[in-house]
Formats: sequence, C-alpha cells, structure tokens
Amino acid sequence: MRWVNRHVRRGDAVMLGSVPILLLVLLYLFVAAGRHAANPMDKVLPLPGGMAQAMSDLLFQPDQLTGQLLFWADTFASLQRLGIGLGIATAAALVIGLVLGVLPPVRATLGPLVTGIAVIPPIALLPILFITLGLGEIAKIALIVIGIAPVMVRDITAHVAAIPREQIIKAQTLGASSWQIMIRVALPQAMPRLFHAVRLALGPAWVFLISAEAIASDVGLGYRIFLVRRYLSMDIIIPYVIWIALLAILMDGALTLLGRRIFPWAQGASH
Amino acid sequence: MSPLLSLRNVWVEYGDKIVLEKVSIDIEAGSFVSIVGPSGAGKSSLLRLILGQEAPTQGVILLDGTPLTPECGPDRGVVFQRYSVFPHLSVLRNTMFGIECEKAPLSARLFGKARRAAEAEAAEMLDAVGLGDALHIHPAQMSGGMQQRLAIAQALVKRPRILLLDEPFGALDPGIRADMHALITRLWRDYALTIIMVTHDIREAFTLGTRVLSIDKRRQDPHAPHRFGATAVYDLALRKKVPDPPTEQPDAAPLQTVSSD
Repeated sequence: MRWVNRHVRRGDAVMLGSVPILLLVLLYLFVAAGRHAANPMDKVLPLPGGMAQAMSDLLFQPDQLTGQLLFWADTFASLQRLGIGLGIATAAALVIGLVLGVLPPVRATLGPLVTGIAVIPPIALLPILFITLGLGEIAKIALIVIGIAPVMVRDITAHVAAIPREQIIKAQTLGASSWQIMIRVALPQAMPRLFHAVRLALGPAWVFLISAEAIASDVGLGYRIFLVRRYLSMDIIIPYVIWIALLAILMDGALTLLGRRIFPWAQGASH
Repeated sequence: MSPLLSLRNVWVEYGDKIVLEKVSIDIEAGSFVSIVGPSGAGKSSLLRLILGQEAPTQGVILLDGTPLTPECGPDRGVVFQRYSVFPHLSVLRNTMFGIECEKAPLSARLFGKARRAAEAEAAEMLDAVGLGDALHIHPAQMSGGMQQRLAIAQALVKRPRILLLDEPFGALDPGIRADMHALITRLWRDYALTIIMVTHDIREAFTLGTRVLSIDKRRQDPHAPHRFGATAVYDLALRKKVPDPPTEQPDAAPLQTVSSD
C-alpha cells in the first residue's frame, strides 16, 4: 500500500504523535543524568528535581523585594501585554480590513501605507517606540500591535475583497447600501477569517512580547528568562519556555474551538 | 403603452475592443426574454448593462422611460449561476435580507413586530419556491437546486420590476433543471414578472421564453476581430399563452400583455 493512502486512526495518531516528544524527553534525561554523574553541580542540563526546586521558589515564595509570587506576576504581566496587544491589533484588523476590502477608494488611498508598514521589520522600530513612548507598558504593547496588525489587516482585506462579486451585486439588488453591505455581508464573512488571523498572529505576538520584555522590563516571562540567563539558571529557563509553549497551545486550541462553535456555517463550506 | 425597458443604440467598448454595438431592444412588461448566443459574444455584458453593473459607452437604457443610473438597485433583481446567496445566513435570514435593508438603514436588522412581519413575508415567499420546510438551514447544507430556489425567493421578496437570470440553471443536473423550469414558469405567471434570462441552452431558451434574442456578431473582420461588436442578430417573438393577470400579488409589477407579434 502506498504511504499516501495510509490513514491513521485518531487513537493511533495520538500515540504516534507522542512518540517523538517522549523520545526527546528521554534523550534529555539521559544526557542530563550523564552530565550530573560526571559533575553533580552541572547547571547546563538540570534534572527535573532541580527544575522543580528552582520553580517552587518562584511559584510559592513571595519575592523579598516586591512581595509578589514571581512566576504568577510574570505570567500575569506577559498575558496582559499580549492580550491588550492582540486585542488592539484584532480590532484594527477587523475595522481597517473591512473598510479596505469593501470600499475601493479607501483601498486605493490606504493600501500602500498598510503595505509599507507591513514590510518594516517591527524590531527595527523598537528603538523608536522606546524613545517616543518611554520604557513602560505602552511601548511593549505598541511593538506587538505594530508587529502583527499590518499582516492581519492585509489578510482580512484580501479575504473581504475575495468575497464573490455576485454576492455584492446581489446585496445591491436587494437594496443594500455600502454600510449595509459592510456590516451584513462582509463583516460576518470576515469573522471566521479573523479568528484564523489571530491564531496565526499568536506566534509573532509572542516573539515581539519576549523581545520587548528582554530589552526593557521589570516583570514578565521574557524578562525573567533573560534575567536568570546571567546566572546560567537553566532550571528556570526551561520550565518557563515549556510554560510559554503551553500557554500558546492553550490559546490556539481555545480560538479554534470558539471559532468552530460560533461559525458552524464556515466549516467546510465554500462560498 | 411604452416598453418597460428600452435600450437605444447601446454600445459597450473596453479600450478598442467593441463588445456590443448598436443594440436597440424594447422589452415589454410581462415578457420572458431568453438571450442566447455563443460564449464570449456579450450575453453577460448585456445583462450587466441592464443590471447596472456597467454603464454603456454610448446610448441610453431607459427603465419606465427614465435613464438607468449605472448602479444596481432594488428595481432589478438578479439570480446568478452561483454565489448569489449569502453563506453565513440561514434560508429565512437570506430571504429577509432585502426587507431588512429597506426598513433598517442603519443596523440592517429588524426586531420585534417588524421582524415577525418580515419573517412571515419571507416564509411565504419561500413556500412559493418550495423551501417552506427548510427555513433554518444554511446554504452549505443545500443542493445547487435548492440554493437557486433560495436565490429566486431572495430576489422576488423585493418585487423587482425586472428579474435577471444569468444562466441560473446551468450548473444543475437535468432532472432538477426541469423542476426549476416549472417553478420559474409558475412564478412568472403568478407574480406577473418580467424576466430576462441569459442561457447557453437553446432548448431552455425556447421552452421558457416568450421571446428569444440571439446575440452574435453581424460582421467579422478577420484582421481585427475585436473591432466589431455583437448585437441582436435574431429577435424571435414566440406565440405563447399570455400570462394570466396577477391575482394574488396586486402590488407586483403592473401587468402588460406580451406583444407576441
């Protein structure tokens, strides 16, 4: 039987998918145990026990300086920045994308500007943001927004502009104005795509968040990783990275589920 | 009585390519005009002109004696071969769309009593096209024939002066197509519609129409084929039974008997 025809059942797929992950974990444990056998003080590849001990301080011991539980303070600060950044970018993508997609004169006016902003590497703008907006929260959120919004705007614009011309004509023969076409025809059809765009933007959003936190911050997941790097504290960095991965997977899954629940008509339907 | 729709010496040109030339057609209210012709001859261009999607390069199009603005409006309904229903709305909401747009300019949504009235009107129209028991499903769950029934109901709710059909049954299989022919003939009589239909299917054109227009090039220049446009080369009025006067829809387009020679 050809390999392209070998379909995997759901249960088998879970098992197959977990094999490489387990292998990687085993490989890590094996190498780490070897290093610890040679040098019990090894910091580069900490054992799970060492990670648990280091993390328990951050999880349960209030910080002497601020009195906060650092792990949770970091998580909250980062998620807040990410959430606000994603929220602003999503709202901007929806409004601007919709207007650009539906109204040709606006597309002609603002399209080049959006494209221009989209091609600038956002990290190159980081100094400008820090200089103009200061080192506080606003600059970090602004970096996330500038980093992901243009791509999302272009995605939504392209999707809205690709709604079949027949539908737009039909809406007009039913008496719809430009505004009514925007809110009743284009907006609902842009929504599933918006969910998709947010999911795709999550990855870059994390990159910009961690970058901004690494450069100038006093709390946050990215800040903590770059802070403890100075002490070679792999026992904190590795759990933090795993935690970030978990958060990202959870967000992605939640968005997928929510999108399916809210827009059942968009599942497998071609318009 | 003046014709409902009248094209006077209409030309359509794209750059130096002439698509339609010297098209002069009068269409009486209550007629069922089939437009046939080879692919690319300009049938769809002609339909787009009447729809208002395009403006003629020269000439005028009069609807009830007033020149058409080059924009689509609720006086001309349309059913395309595909994509003419909204995939995100249920059958009922698809049909209510026209009523909602008219009565709620800002939100394009109706609530309470107005909404129930619109729902009743839409449901009645859906009954007429045979979708009375499929009110709450989405277009993706429907067959091609059902989607076309929905597209027709959606257009008829607005009581258009003219209903334009752009190869409406071209993508349907033969059995369904015969059902749709019966449906459109019944609706045409019951609602005293004026219908202009573009079709590839000559048989369909003659079965349904009271008049068949054939669009083709009258002249050919082998060295510059794009310099001659198509026009109505044959205009056949068929002897047919005149549609019965409208009985159930007094607010529909005023009936004008067909000028079958």
